[in-house]
Amino acid sequence: MSEHIDSIRTYTLVLLALLVLTAVTTLVAFVDLGEFSVVVALAIAVCKMLLVALFFMHVRHSTKLTKLVVLGGLLWLAILLMLTLSDFTTRGWIGVPGR
Amino acid sequence: MASEAQAHAETAALRVQFDTEAQQKDASTLGMWIFLITEVMFFGGMFTAYTVYRRAYSDAFAVASSSLNVTIGAINTAVLLFSSFTMVMAVRASQLGQRRMIVLFLVLTLIFGGMFLGVKAYEWNEKFEQHHVPGPSFHMEGVAQQGHAQLFFSLYFAMTGLHAAHMVIGVGLLSWLIWMANKGKFTAEYNTPVDIAGLYWHFVDVIWIFLFPLLYLIDRHLPK
Repeated sequence: MSEHIDSIRTYTLVLLALLVLTAVTTLVAFVDLGEFSVVVALAIAVCKMLLVALFFMHVRHSTKLTKLVVLGGLLWLAILLMLTLSDFTTRGWIGVPGR
Repeated sequence: MASEAQAHAETAALRVQFDTEAQQKDASTLGMWIFLITEVMFFGGMFTAYTVYRRAYSDAFAVASSSLNVTIGAINTAVLLFSSFTMVMAVRASQLGQRRMIVLFLVLTLIFGGMFLGVKAYEWNEKFEQHHVPGPSFHMEGVAQQGHAQLFFSLYFAMTGLHAAHMVIGVGLLSWLIWMANKGKFTAEYNTPVDIAGLYWHFVDVIWIFLFPLLYLIDRHLPK
């Protein structure tokens, strides 16, 4: 098999990074960052997702086709969120009768 | 090994419809990822609903969200991360064909997964005792619109419930894998089921990585 086998050291470091990020996101949540609290929480979550996907789910060793499918899936999720929110965030901008 | 001119002999690692073992492995991985993408959209709908209602009823959502137990949530996140680590170690052991290590790490993953579900059950029970379950007996202090807080908990139970359902399925998969691994079905040549179940388990972990900050954390900084 042409599989790539990562070292135990790599996986342990990824686990430590994930645990540290969990501690950071929990502690920083109690600091008043105003609107940026959500941004920071989601940025840390995205970092954790990338660590899990790239290392634990082996995306970094995957074929180009698999990488494309993963990116494509995230693109569709972005479309779902952006189209819905662009509706809900702009409804108040003009006086639509019966809103 | 069969010669290239003839059809090859069929093994678990190389079914007749594939030319090479690598091709079969790539097909399995791709298929699992396609399934996981449909799962992303499945959960994505709930995340979108949560985002829309959190914007609309931010006051009630902030109070309701801050009533969740953040310490337990953080500890449970760590438990799930440990389970992902033991899962990836099981996959690694299967790549190396170490039967006893596969079983050991799969059992550890099962234990961590069970711990997560146990803590989740404790948390849900707490919600019932506090009357924070949507329905006729719902009551939450400090919220003007009880309906808005009920909406938060409806989404909380739907999202954590769907996540827990995925965990239960994962526990079933792990049990089956442990059974098969113990019989010596997985070798360095053929370990696709362990690998594919690993992808599923990590995916469920990623969902929780987003549920934890969104449900438990993002309104903590607001003045009570």
